[in-house]
Amino acid sequence: MYQFAYHHPDNLNQAKELLTAEESKPIAGGMTLIPTLKQRLAAYESLVDLSSIAELQGISETSESIRIGAMTTHSDVHHSDTIKTKIPALSHLAGSIGDVQVRNRGTLGGSIANADPAADYPAAVVGLGATIHTAERDIAADNFFTALFETALKENEIITAVSFPVPEKAGYAKFANPASRYAIVGVMAVKTRSGIRVAVTGAAGSVFRVPEMEQALGDAFTADAVRGIAVSSAEFNSDMHATADYRGHLVSVMAARAVDAANA
Amino acid sequence: MAKTGIGEAVARREDYRFLTGQGKYVDDINLFNQAHAWIVRSPFAHATINSIDKDDAAQMPGVVAIYTSEDFSGAGGVPCGWQVNNKDGSPMNEPKHPILAEGKVRHVGDPVALVIAQTRQQARNAAEAIIIDYTELAPAIDMKAALEPDSAVIHDEVGSNLCFDWELGDKAATEAAFEDAHHVTRLDLINNRLVANPMEPRAAIGDYDSSTGEYTLYTTSQNPHVIRLLMGAFVLNIPEHKLRVYAPDVGGGFGSKIYHYAEEAMMTWAAGQLKRPVKWTAERSESFMSDAHGRDHVTHVELALDENGKFLALRCNTLANMGAYLSTFAPCVPTYLHATLLAGQYTTPVIYCEIKAVFTNTVPVDAYRGAGRPEATYLIERVVDVAAREMNIDPAELRRRNFIQPDQFPYDTPVALTYDTGNYEATLDQAMEAADYSGFEARKREAAARGKLRGIGLSCYIEACGIAPSNVVGALGARAGLYEVATVRVNPTGSVTVLTGSHSHGQGHETTFAQVVSDMLGIDYDAVDIVHGDTAKVPFGMGTYGSRSIAVGGSAIYRSVEKVISKAKKIAAHLMEADVSDIEFENGEFKVAGTDKATAFGDVALTAYVPHNYPLEELEPGLEETSFYDPANFTYPAGTYICEVEIDPETGVVEVMSFHASDDFGNIINPMIVEGQVHGGLAQGIGQALLERCVYDEQGQLLTGSYMDYCMPRADDLPSFSVDTTVTACTHNPLGVKGCGEAGAIGSPPAIINAVVNALSDYNVTHIDMPATPMKVWQHLSNGRG
Ligand SMILES: Cc1cc2nc3c(=O)[nH]c(=O)nc-3n(C[C@H](O)[C@H](O)[C@H](O)COP(=O)(O)OP(=O)(O)OC[C@H]3O[C@@H](n4cnc5c(N)ncnc54)[C@H](O)[C@@H]3O)c2cc1C
Repeated sequence: MYQFAYHHPDNLNQAKELLTAEESKPIAGGMTLIPTLKQRLAAYESLVDLSSIAELQGISETSESIRIGAMTTHSDVHHSDTIKTKIPALSHLAGSIGDVQVRNRGTLGGSIANADPAADYPAAVVGLGATIHTAERDIAADNFFTALFETALKENEIITAVSFPVPEKAGYAKFANPASRYAIVGVMAVKTRSGIRVAVTGAAGSVFRVPEMEQALGDAFTADAVRGIAVSSAEFNSDMHATADYRGHLVSVMAARAVDAANA
Repeated sequence: MAKTGIGEAVARREDYRFLTGQGKYVDDINLFNQAHAWIVRSPFAHATINSIDKDDAAQMPGVVAIYTSEDFSGAGGVPCGWQVNNKDGSPMNEPKHPILAEGKVRHVGDPVALVIAQTRQQARNAAEAIIIDYTELAPAIDMKAALEPDSAVIHDEVGSNLCFDWELGDKAATEAAFEDAHHVTRLDLINNRLVANPMEPRAAIGDYDSSTGEYTLYTTSQNPHVIRLLMGAFVLNIPEHKLRVYAPDVGGGFGSKIYHYAEEAMMTWAAGQLKRPVKWTAERSESFMSDAHGRDHVTHVELALDENGKFLALRCNTLANMGAYLSTFAPCVPTYLHATLLAGQYTTPVIYCEIKAVFTNTVPVDAYRGAGRPEATYLIERVVDVAAREMNIDPAELRRRNFIQPDQFPYDTPVALTYDTGNYEATLDQAMEAADYSGFEARKREAAARGKLRGIGLSCYIEACGIAPSNVVGALGARAGLYEVATVRVNPTGSVTVLTGSHSHGQGHETTFAQVVSDMLGIDYDAVDIVHGDTAKVPFGMGTYGSRSIAVGGSAIYRSVEKVISKAKKIAAHLMEADVSDIEFENGEFKVAGTDKATAFGDVALTAYVPHNYPLEELEPGLEETSFYDPANFTYPAGTYICEVEIDPETGVVEVMSFHASDDFGNIINPMIVEGQVHGGLAQGIGQALLERCVYDEQGQLLTGSYMDYCMPRADDLPSFSVDTTVTACTHNPLGVKGCGEAGAIGSPPAIINAVVNALSDYNVTHIDMPATPMKVWQHLSNGRG
């Protein structure tokens, strides 16, 4: 780690101001950022700790949706009674991230700002059709994740919260990398009043939806409806743990399991 | 009173300090005025070093010194402790292993420069400012390709990448047996390369006292005396009396901390240069690219059988990866710790084995928990299983037909060992009963109803532990003796301090050895302390590896206690005015036979140190005895492991549903510690079979250089183990013990793979290489379906 200045603002305006400085960066749970600093893969003049900003905290419920502050840890999402009742699949997803230590520190905002292709939350954000609130604007999930580790966020734009519409049903199935436990393939299958959404993380450079599966599930929301649907793996990630072919196969298997979970 | 004698499950006394964070590891030690080291390591697998420009770096804040290979011109290379000869009797190729790279780097992680600064951060900053100009060379990574004539050559002075070409066994007799065989089973298999990954990364602190000329090395070692010998005599030319090596608490080793590493010599030498302590602690990523790796064999094996399934002959040839340089014990692992075990538990009359050891541009490979014996067990127990299937004989039955019988011991194998004792059928029977072998078909049907493929697999392993008779290993190329040393010091008030050359780094010696001594002396367990790890305290020692601590180190302690008792009897005889031959020692009391005269152990101890009423003309005062115990033979733990797995045919995921281990470790001092050792070994064996692998790409970059990709077994990857033991006591050591540290890691991989292949039997799968990852299993399933 190289030396950096550490700021700990207690309100959003101050944080925004601090983040206008050259070579500054927000830090949330630090689960991704700190390892890259320690390995000297990244270096900043200053880090702005978002943990004391009230606007980024808390889980609140409206009639249609649940709003989760960007600084909410995976563990708090996993254990929230509100989320367990309204969107159990989201609670389950948060509980499947990494290990206990990572869940106790890692945050929703940090995860989606980072946009790791193997992260779980992108599947929930896109699958549930969430809205990302930033200090400047609202961004629809379908427009948020743009490419590998790329999002629609501008330089140091702060995510304040994410609103997840409450679905009729939803299920998440993850095939974890046995070493890191990130998703090799994770599928979120969701039924809402306005339609079906199937979002896949882990398989490609960025989270994506599967229109063929959404259509099939519109006709019958059953595992069998998607089991036979093969997705093209031509653009999929390939590494020592899973070839593109294997990932392609797993998308169908995990989609069926996600639907089973939603129906359970 | 709590039961603490031999055979009792005494809770480990060392755990209190470990579990409360009070263990004292090398990195916990900070010396006055110490400087910090950072090591610049090669980013390339194979390259020439054109120049190293350290001018800018030397000006950086806090920099104390920057050293490169020229600074070590007076030092020797890192020595290899074992010489293996080629088939023609010529010695192996043994190229120099420099402390810092000399003109060339040979693996990613090869140390190139040593930077020392006031703080670790400053050293690291300066390291980044060193400009090294490399010319990359084509690397030799794959062993087969490395032996081709067009391969890049790693050590120019060797001329090829062959380290040695060695053989064992009767080639002609083996070939003849194959010609007459009713059936021959052939198999190609890979024993996957592993990274040991002890919880504590390596660390070293060098210190130098200019007033006495004494050096001290604090290091994470399994055998401090061996490091003192190797580093002092071969590398830095420091005589033993001026060099202290201290290995305090060490957080696991699994073999990787046996060897003398360049960093130890760097710290010791630099401390002498700078006249101040110098400390280095590896980062985890440094551990991945500088700790010796394990296994990495590619093997072809053939088994010849008669029509009844009797084994007629076994032959195999193996390529064994040495990595870029020879680590301390590397040459003996694929040879004397591997080929000598190829009889397994069976009466196979003739065996022939060829081993080619190969240099590659990878981290050096050396012994890792089991060391050679897991590789031998894996190839035997896999080929036997495949043969059983080909001949349509139940795998347990085929093994049973070939077991060495209890009345055949001592048994000379065709590969140079003499097994002293054993009862293989007894462990097989116990395991089959415990694992409900006969109930498997019902469980398989029940799993099928849930959509799962269930398989059962067994493995009957043997290993050679307690390495070893010094004259035997000397004849086989060892450059050291392999006895063990113990001093039993009875203090004036009757408490006992035991100084042992066996180093404990997780094994529980402080408990087990105290049980032995207190039991033998009839004194309180808490009155016995075990001291290890410090060359300034312990007279000598060969250290801990090869499951040798209780069999060799424990025997040395036993001998010393016997000597103590013998001397104490003389003192007691004097005190009670009786003849020594009439003195009996029982429950901590010396008695005159046939009388009610008695004197306590503590009184005798005090008399030895306050010799007012003492036979001074015949006997020296004091009560302290030392023994060097050199074993008469190896010990031969053996057992049967049975496991069941279930495979999810949609994803290829293998789940271990049950695992039973029946081991014969001879007599057992502490059954709880033994069980813990078995559990740990099983976890590592299951890790090897299903999860762990070390992957280099074609350029020699280590792809599995962190836990993001290198998969260590976790609790939720493992079933709840069932373990049990049978006993045939070792015939040639005083405690009748065999050792248990490696068995779990030796016996389990083939049991798992046999179960996986069994589960896939409807898919035309005869073999799957380790680790059986979900993707690999899925690919086999897809091919089998197709
Ligand atoms: C061992 C391990 C296992 C893991 N396993 C998984 C897994 O299975 N699944 C999974 O999904 N993830 C996994 N993760 C990642 C984990 O979920 C991290 O928490 C997450 O990637 C980052 O969250 P963080 O709060 O720690 O962010 P930080 O590391 O603090 O920040 C990450 C990035 O986001 C930016 N950032 C943070 N907060 C905001 C904000 N509010 N607005 C704008 N930018 C922001 C930072 O500037 C930085 O660039 C794992 C991590 C580890 C270390």
